[in-house]
Amino acid sequence: MKVITIERKVLEKNDALARKNRDLLLGHKIFTINLVSSPGSGKTTLIERTLEKIRDSVHIAVIEGDVQTDLDARRVSAYGVPTIQLLTNGGCHLEASLVSDALAEIDLDDVELLIIENVGNLVCPANYDLGENEKVVVLSVTEGDDKPLKYPAMFHQASALVVNKIDLVPYLQCNMDALVRNALAINPRLRVFRLSSTTGRGIEAWTSWLTATVDRCRKEIPV
Amino acid sequence: MRSTTWALDADDRLTASNMHEISIAQNVIDHVSRVVPPSDLVRVGRIRLRVGIMSGVVAHSLDFCFGALTHGTPLEGATLDIEERPFIVRCRTCKARSTNELGVAVCEECGSTDTQIESGTELDIVHLELSRQVSP
Repeated sequence: MKVITIERKVLEKNDALARKNRDLLLGHKIFTINLVSSPGSGKTTLIERTLEKIRDSVHIAVIEGDVQTDLDARRVSAYGVPTIQLLTNGGCHLEASLVSDALAEIDLDDVELLIIENVGNLVCPANYDLGENEKVVVLSVTEGDDKPLKYPAMFHQASALVVNKIDLVPYLQCNMDALVRNALAINPRLRVFRLSSTTGRGIEAWTSWLTATVDRCRKEIPV
Repeated sequence: MRSTTWALDADDRLTASNMHEISIAQNVIDHVSRVVPPSDLVRVGRIRLRVGIMSGVVAHSLDFCFGALTHGTPLEGATLDIEERPFIVRCRTCKARSTNELGVAVCEECGSTDTQIESGTELDIVHLELSRQVSP
């Protein structure tokens, strides 16, 4: 019997494509976030509120990842920003190759902030780098405060957490402080935003951070 | 649209299933096909993988997907030999190394949050075994 040594990352092909995406985006001084969450946590509504607040001051493009339908892309493009819908046709996550296709459709010279909305899934997208600067987990309080403990892989990979739907806390069993505590136990470096995309409460801190980071990226200060 | 999903053949239906393990299994097959000449694929036996317990990959799903994707191909019969890696956190403050099954990255010894995940997120292909002879 002969043993052939391979010693490679299984997903190195995706990682290499993600690096290409990242180089391309950084070359255009674009700050990119990859929004991940379970279905229904409010990623698209968060994008809509974000566009409402800062589209006049920041040039934004959006890549929408969905299993099926262009419903989200229609919602987002109504705000007049370049929007590309990616369909995975059953696939549970976006891969760097799909994002690379989408980037070819966008005039990158005219973009400062790229928002990628991943497929709603708190497990699979964790393994796939897309070339983003930051992976942002959106977790709504309706999902329960134990979710960071149940889906640690995603929280390890993320650099920011948006706790969404905080206007609903009075009607739920969810303990928001416990939720944040659990998330920070899994990943102490998470930057945490607590907001409601519906009422707009807390959205200012989120958009201020985005605007400031876009600015740093534009000036080529490491983000 | 939905009805056509059920008209797909077995392989397509698998690709369309809601499991990232399918994509990971396909990546394993691609690695193997890169290092083993086509005529030798039938000789591939065990394929060693290193999978961290916090990688988000379910070993038996990966096994199932690998079996389904290799069915009817020269790689049929090859198996995945999965080495599970524990979750280990190294503290930059007190230098302790601690382990837990929850994925908690706060230092167990001193409570510091200045830690580094040393192991537990791996998803590597290590090596494969080629048998000398293929039984006819």
